[in-house]
Amino acid sequence: MTGAFRTGAFGVTGSGDTSGFGGLVRVEPGGAVALHTTERPYGGWFDEVADALAEAVGQATYDAAVRRVLVDRGEITWFVHREHLLVLLQALRDDDALRFELCSSVSGVDYLDAGGPTGERLHVVHHLTSMTYRRRIRLETAVTADDPHVPSSTRIYPTADWHEREVWDMFGVVFDGHPALTRILMPDDWEGHPQRKDYPLGGVPVEYHDATIPPPDERRSYR
Amino acid sequence: MTTTDPYAGSRETTEGRVYTVTGGDWDLTFGSDPLAEERLVVNMGPQHPSTHGVLRLVLDLEGETVTKARVVIGYLHTGIEKNVEYRTWTQGTTFVTRMDYLAPLFNETAYCLAVEKLLGIEVPERATTIRVLVMELNRIASHLVGLATFGMEMGALTGMTNGFRERELVLDLLEEITGLRMNHAYVRPGGLAQDLPEGIEAKIREFLTIMPERAAGFHRLLTGQPIWQRRLRDVGYLDVTGCVALGVTGPILRSAGLPWDLRKVEPYCGYETYDFEVPTADTADAWGRYLVRMAEVSESLKIIEQALDRLRPGPVMVEDKKIAWPAQLSLGADGMGNSLDHVKHIMGQSMEALIHHFKLVTEGFRVPAGQVYSAIESPRGELGFHVVSDGGTRPFRVHVRDPSFVNLQATAAMSEGGMIADVIAAIASIDPVMGGVDR
Repeated sequence: MTGAFRTGAFGVTGSGDTSGFGGLVRVEPGGAVALHTTERPYGGWFDEVADALAEAVGQATYDAAVRRVLVDRGEITWFVHREHLLVLLQALRDDDALRFELCSSVSGVDYLDAGGPTGERLHVVHHLTSMTYRRRIRLETAVTADDPHVPSSTRIYPTADWHEREVWDMFGVVFDGHPALTRILMPDDWEGHPQRKDYPLGGVPVEYHDATIPPPDERRSYR
Repeated sequence: MTTTDPYAGSRETTEGRVYTVTGGDWDLTFGSDPLAEERLVVNMGPQHPSTHGVLRLVLDLEGETVTKARVVIGYLHTGIEKNVEYRTWTQGTTFVTRMDYLAPLFNETAYCLAVEKLLGIEVPERATTIRVLVMELNRIASHLVGLATFGMEMGALTGMTNGFRERELVLDLLEEITGLRMNHAYVRPGGLAQDLPEGIEAKIREFLTIMPERAAGFHRLLTGQPIWQRRLRDVGYLDVTGCVALGVTGPILRSAGLPWDLRKVEPYCGYETYDFEVPTADTADAWGRYLVRMAEVSESLKIIEQALDRLRPGPVMVEDKKIAWPAQLSLGADGMGNSLDHVKHIMGQSMEALIHHFKLVTEGFRVPAGQVYSAIESPRGELGFHVVSDGGTRPFRVHVRDPSFVNLQATAAMSEGGMIADVIAAIASIDPVMGGVDR
């Protein structure tokens, strides 16, 4: 599962609305990205891309590589196994019917509490753009914190170089095959990966009756 | 050769020895004898007037030829992406606006478009038109700084003073519209912080009459100048293939001949209804980038004029009071503040209004769970926001694909094999903003 619902503020359940204005009831489309799966047909050009991808890598590989597909808010996401990530990326870049020439972004997300039974909390998200067909898709790979290895996509998309260094720096995902996986934003000798959700944030010591300001994630707050 | 250096700490890792190099200690670190070989390692920056901000370059030189250019970033890292996770969705605007500080309104708009996509709401037409208006004003200001620093780094200091002078014209307008010269936090999820002030349209129209002449002044000052041309032509070459492989977008990609502009190819904010051209060049060098930016200033003026013409009275915030920030700001004698009518209403007339104001300001609104990617064309290229919500009142994750961050990767491709002086021209033509690179 990826992402969990937060409910209530200070223990309030439901909308958390105590203002008397009430009216807002939101239906969560697709839920918390989570375990929801979109079944065929995906709609629009999504099916074309899925078909072309399956044809390019072979149906057997496609079935083995793709865990599930989610269409939400007009965007399509393939959740894939890391073993097949590069095969898919290569086909997505080179196949005439796909042509995702540009890797717009590679980002990490840490779904700490929602890693599911397998604990795959660290997600690597590739945003690909097809300049030929003017389409955008997303590939998401999930790994555990104990075995945070994802193959590097730098050989297919050289632009992924710095993106992957940032994901390593911030989330501690190791990109196997990266030419120089070093820290990029934090100092070279920094310990830990700051954008992980369980990274200690620290408080500010205040010289007043031994008081300290608690870290942001421990302060009383609405969730 | 010793490897113990008081300034360069090192430690053993599973991948081998890792150095923390502080500069000035390269010979020790690499164990090379500069006298025996021609190789010279020059550390440039992060505090250097020609590196376009706190950018650090480590250049391997043979004579004056650059054999290797390494880029070191992170000196301006402020953890904005992490900070946003501990603020409400509306407060997020005030953080993202500080990333690419020369294009704050683009950061805000891209972020708000992503939040609005997550919420599934559409902002009123007037708000969208004003967004286009302020973004294009901002694009002119950003390009003017780009040209100004370009001039400064090439030694054409008058280019710098002129660029910053013209930019001030735009900043005066933005200050009157938003209350601040930079870091506006003017674009909010659901619309805008407030409507345009009275009389601003006449001032913008006056600017539209002044700016073309000022742009022409730039052409008179720089474009025809032989030194300027020789410093820029055939420098920092990167063709379309190189650009796409390295993820480079914006004026650099367009200078290589590909008219890739998200305003045209993936329109947002109604850009498909505006009449403007996408300037390109076919030189793929610093000279082409200079010309593309100059031409984009003129195109932005056209868009501003059209946006002014189509401004119709109407709301600038969504009607949903669960999202619309209740501040109702107004401009007082002492600057921007809460409207007195609003304060009177919540403090003296309606307890419910007070509760609602309090809840929305302290708790914020909830955003349905999910993730989106929204991209817009910032002055430097594709500015993308990957925003994840877990259904709470704060963003779960905000990742910014900043164009400067990606474009800066092209430094090595543009400058290796060239002269050291051309490295400066290449980086100036990338026009990175370190606030956006390091975030």
